[in-house]
This record gives sequence, structure tokens and C-alpha cells, in this order.
Amino acid sequence: MNFDFSEEQKELRDHARRFLKDRCPWPVVRGVLEGPAPYDADLRASVAEMGWPATAMPEAYGGIGLGYVELCVIAEELGRVVAPIPFSSSVYLAAEALLLSGDEANKSEYLPKIVSADSIGTFAVTEGAGALSMDSIQTQFAGNRLTGKKIAVPDGDVASFAIVLAQSARGPMWTLADLTKGGSTRVAVKTVDPTRSHATITFDGAPAEPLGAPGKGWELTQRLLDRAAVLFAFEQLGGATAAMEMARNYSIERYAFGRAIGSFQAIKHRLADMFVKNELARSNCYYAAWALMTNSPELPAAAASARVAASEAYHFASKENIQIHGGIGFTWEADCQFHYRRSRLLGLNLGSVQFWKERLVSALEAGAVA
Amino acid sequence: MDFNDNSEEAAFRAEVKSWLAKNAPKFAQKGSNVRREDESAEDIAEAKEWQALKADSGYAFIQWPKEYGGRGSPMQAVIYAQEEAKYPLPRNYFIIGAFAGPTLMAYATEEQKARYIRPMLRGEEVWCQLFSEPGAGSDLAGIRTRAEKEGDTWVVNGQKVWTTVAYMSDWAILVTRHDTTLPKHMGLTYFFLDMKSPGVEVTRIRQISGGSDFCEVFLSDVRIPDSQRLGEIGDGWSVCLTTLMNERFMGGDASRPDAKELLGLAKRLKIDGKPAIENPAVRERIAEWYVQSVGAKFTKFRTLTALSRGQTPGPENSILKLVNASKLQDIGAYGMDLLGTAGILADVDGDEETAQFLMAYLAAPGARIAGGTDEILRNIIAERVLSLPSDIRVDKALPFNKLASGAK
Repeated sequence: MNFDFSEEQKELRDHARRFLKDRCPWPVVRGVLEGPAPYDADLRASVAEMGWPATAMPEAYGGIGLGYVELCVIAEELGRVVAPIPFSSSVYLAAEALLLSGDEANKSEYLPKIVSADSIGTFAVTEGAGALSMDSIQTQFAGNRLTGKKIAVPDGDVASFAIVLAQSARGPMWTLADLTKGGSTRVAVKTVDPTRSHATITFDGAPAEPLGAPGKGWELTQRLLDRAAVLFAFEQLGGATAAMEMARNYSIERYAFGRAIGSFQAIKHRLADMFVKNELARSNCYYAAWALMTNSPELPAAAASARVAASEAYHFASKENIQIHGGIGFTWEADCQFHYRRSRLLGLNLGSVQFWKERLVSALEAGAVA
Repeated sequence: MDFNDNSEEAAFRAEVKSWLAKNAPKFAQKGSNVRREDESAEDIAEAKEWQALKADSGYAFIQWPKEYGGRGSPMQAVIYAQEEAKYPLPRNYFIIGAFAGPTLMAYATEEQKARYIRPMLRGEEVWCQLFSEPGAGSDLAGIRTRAEKEGDTWVVNGQKVWTTVAYMSDWAILVTRHDTTLPKHMGLTYFFLDMKSPGVEVTRIRQISGGSDFCEVFLSDVRIPDSQRLGEIGDGWSVCLTTLMNERFMGGDASRPDAKELLGLAKRLKIDGKPAIENPAVRERIAEWYVQSVGAKFTKFRTLTALSRGQTPGPENSILKLVNASKLQDIGAYGMDLLGTAGILADVDGDEETAQFLMAYLAAPGARIAGGTDEILRNIIAERVLSLPSDIRVDKALPFNKLASGAK
């Protein structure tokens, strides 16, 4: 049995943790929350210098091809510190979409720019409220032009290109739009978590090209969601663990009724419940990392299970962290809000927990399960 | 990251598989399905024969040191258990020996070890553990069974409860209170005891489920020679900790029915004329329990990984019983819900698939209590894993006989 990170992966984790502790303390996150910048440019540059976007990228596209487990390790650490940078949009979504598309020309064109952080890429899918389905997609692709509106696009205001799910004469279609070439307008929007930037993008006959097999846009989207879910689940796991540690540390420092509040069972049991949910999420995440790494037929079930476990663990840890802090935790000055905001953002950005529970049971019915 | 044996483990597994293939089938006739209260003398004799065969081949208590007949390897013990579980073998009555043994190894004389450990390993003599009492469950150090010294003999009076296999035991480990004027942890003394001694009376407890897995043991003027004391007078608590440390079990696999059985049930039953599995509320519940089930399974794999690497397992293992016991209770109740009013029936037309939910519902309360209640397990996670300050104890420094007891 060898179901854990290897020694090298643990070293990578420790190294990443030290690096982010130094480069991404709360004031960096708060700077993006309160300031005009869409992300922290210094942190983004140094993460690129560290080569993190290259982690799972094949060498042919400028990557170092370490593997997906290593990328999961990085994702967990970025999640711990609530990193305010456009990493997931480019690396978990745009890069994975390009790799799935099998389009050599576009892979060679865009993937090296993601690795070097010269470009930010994104995936534009959502068009309105409610669960994602192909019926909810109105955006049209015809004559190599896109028309329609995408909302809540991660880093949509700063991305230079987007993979866009659209309807076409040949059925659901992935298209690639260069957002720097006109034909589209983008407006940054307010979200639950201003430490990550989002935009509405309106395509008004914007030039775009097909990406991947025509008519396969919906199937490709399903495969992308499964892969990205694993990576986002590790960010959620990192956040949930950090929120638990924050609550635990506060419960030891804070005295009430003549004793540390962490000595009361009401607090202890709440923290124990956080630990239980986090460990269940961790084990689910490791299983999903294995499925991602090996391209297992179990990936859809494993990814959904990890996504559900990690979304719920982070939600619980982030809200109970505020509760354990009491009144101070509810203030703008306290740092509890970062996890509270980020847990909701990550819990919804690929569809809600209900959406993923439904995917999970569908995968169970299909049969490839642990 | 993978789920494979390393080469040493693979070799051991192959050895175990071939040994079991040769030896297990003739013991696997009736299997472990006999209800404990229905078992015959023959069933017990067969179980003892199987245990002796295992012991003589080095497969009983594999985690024990080699000099006592084990192999000194917790990982090999796990591999053996995984392979053995593939056969419906006789019930294992010998599990208390697995931690009574190491207690003797640590505290008994050489003569005693030579006398008792081998028969314990081979199942020739069955051991039980006289720890819990009606007034001391989670608070084990609050036991009241008295031991009073008369020359070289101790006279013991009291009542023990939740004792597994006491009705068929030859020997017992026993914790008593020798001095009620000392603070509670300091007044304890530990012995081992011949269960056939005069004054030992065993009765069986019937649980909600109708099963009788445990006993009550009444001790009336039971005389124990001082030579059967383990540890010094007043050191009973440290000896207990030695026993409990070895009791820390691997956390078994989740009991059935689990999420998969619920999925099977939901495929068969109907809601509003359509299969229940198409109902979104049903799907959501199945998803929740499946996530817990996968989480528990792979948490155990993480623990096995640590053992396989020769490391001490991390704290993750401590969540397993907490998760699995409540899950069993909730799935039992939900399976009954899906059956509708028919859910109150012990079985629907003799169907075992539906009966398992009611059985789980009735058995699960015990799972949430035995081996550490949900509440004690949360305290353990909070204090030992998360290092939170211990609770304020009102009972630690006072003489035991001055403690509030709630007794009339």
C-alpha cells in the first residue's frame, strides 16, 4: 500500500508552504480585497518564477511534466493561503481544456504562455442562474464569430484568451477566442470573494475558432469539469485545513469564564467535527488525485466525491471558524472573512454541491467506482 | 501513489493465500454466521481448533513479538486479516488475548509468561477483560470494584459489565480499587484472575437488537493470590494504559448496509410509480453517505500506507469509528424510510436485503458507544490530535470517596 504523497512530494509541499507563508501573508490577500488591482502581481510573478504553472504541463509545451499529484500538492498550498492570483483559471481550466482539445496548433501557441505567465487564459461557460446544462447555453458560434454573453468568468477581465462553450450548427462546440482582438467587451463584476477577479464578457461577433471536435463541446466540458474538480478540491482542502488551524489557535489564545475557550467541550467537539470532515475530504482528494494521475475510469466518481467532500469541509470550517472567533470574527478587520468568502467561491465556481452530488450518483449508476 | 503491495508484502500475501487455501476450507463449512447466543459447544471447539492451527503456523496475533509467537509486524497482521476475511471462518473468541497478552508480557513474571501466553495464543484458554462497570463507562478510572488485602490474598467484590466472551472465558484481566481514600487514578490495582474461582458469576446481557454479545460479571468475595497482581499496588492505571494502547484497533471496515446497499434498495423500490433512485432527494442522501464511505475507506488506506512504510500511523485513523457508526445508524433508518410503512417489518416477505436496514438500526447504537463513545472520541481528537487544553477536572485531586457520584 502506497497511498500517500511520496517523500519528494512532501518536500515540494513543505517548500511551497514556506514560500507562501513568506510571500502571501494576510496583508497581501487584504490588499487585493481592498485595492483596485485584480490580483497580486508580485505573487503571480514569483509563482511563475517558481515554475508552478509548469508542474503538470508536458515538456513539449514548456512544462516540467512532474505530474498531477504534484499539481494537487501546489493547489492545496495555494488554497491554504487564499492566494489572490489568476492561477486556477489558467492552469486548471484553460490549460486542461487545451490539452483535452487535442488541437496541436493552439496547444503550441497558448500553453507555453500559460507556463511563462505571459498570458492568462480562462474558461467561459456560465450564462445565467441555475445549474449548468447545455439548454442554458445561448451563445452562438457561426462563421468563426461568437455572439452571446458569459457571466462570472474567472479572471475574465484580465485574461487574454478564453475557451468558450457555444451552440453551433454542428451542435455544442468549444471555441477559442482571443480577447485582445476586439469584438468582445468585458466588465469586472462584484462577487462574494473580491480577492479573485471575475467579469461578464459580451461577445458581439468576436473572432474565434473551433477548439476540439465539432459537436463535442458538451462532452469535453464534462471531462474538463472532472479534471478541474480534483484540482479545485485540493485548494478547498487546503483552505479547510487552514481555517481549522486558525480556529484551533484562537481557541487556545482566547480566554473566557477564566479559561481558554478551547478547553470547553462545545468548542472541542466543533473542532473535532472540522477535523473529521477535513480528513474525509483529504482521503477523497487523494483518491481523486490518483484517479486523475492514472486517467482511471473511476475519475468521474472520484472527482465528484472529492468535490462534494471538500466543498462541504471548507464550508463548515470557514463558517465555524468565525463562530469560534465570536464577534471579532465578524468584523472587516479580522481575517476570518477570507476563508468564508473563498469557500463559497470555490464551492460554486464549477457548479454547486447539489450539482456534484447529482454527478456522483450518475457515476455510481454507470458503475466505475471504488 | 498506488494501492499495491511492496515486494515484501506481496511475498507475504502470497504465502498467506496459499496457507489459507490449504487450511481454511475445512473450517469454513458453517462459517461465522451463527448468532452468538445460538452457538454450540461444537462451534466453540471448532473455533479453538482453528486458532491453534493459526498459532502453530505463526498467523495468530501476528503483531506480537516473535519470541511470543507473533511476527512483530502490524502490516503483516493487516494483510493476514484481509486474506482471512475472504473465508467464512469460525467466530474469533480470542481477540481479548491480543491485548491481555502484551500486558502480561510487560508485567508478569517469567514463570507466568511461560504458563499463560502460549495457551492464550493457541486459544486453549480464552481471556476476557473485566474493566467497565455500571458506574464507570467512559470514566474508566471511576471503577468501584473493591480489592482488599488479606495476607497474600486479595478479596474482590464488585460488578463488571460489557464483558465480551466472559461466559466462556478461562481467565480475565481485572482492574480494581484497593484504596478509596486516594484520588481516583492512584487507588487502582490490576490483577489477572481465574474465571472459575468461587464467587465469580456470569450472566449474559441482551441488547436492543436481541443479540447477546456481552456479559455482566458479579464478583463476590473472590480470592486472588497476590502473585497474580500485575504492576505495583496503586499502579493499576498505568497497567490499564498498557492494555488500552494495545487495544487501539485498526478501525474495521464499515459495517453493512452502506451507501452501495442503499443504492441497490433505491433501484428496487418506487416513489410515485418511478424507481426511488430517480428521486432527487434520495440521490442527494446516497451521495452524502457515499462520500463518507469512500472517505473512510481511503483514510484506512492512508493508515495502512504508514504501517507499510514502517511509520507510526497519523491521527487520521481516529475518525473511522466516529464516521462509520453514525453512518450505519442513519443509513439503517433511511433504508427503513424508503420502505415506507413496510419499513417497520422485521423483513418484507423474508427478504434479507430489506431486513438488513432494520437490523443495522437496532445494532448501531452499540457501535456509537462501544470502544469509546462518539463524545469521548471527539475529546480524544480535540486533545490528542489538535492539542487543545484538557477539560477542567473536578475529580482529579480529591479522594475517591469524596467525589460526587450521583449514587443514592
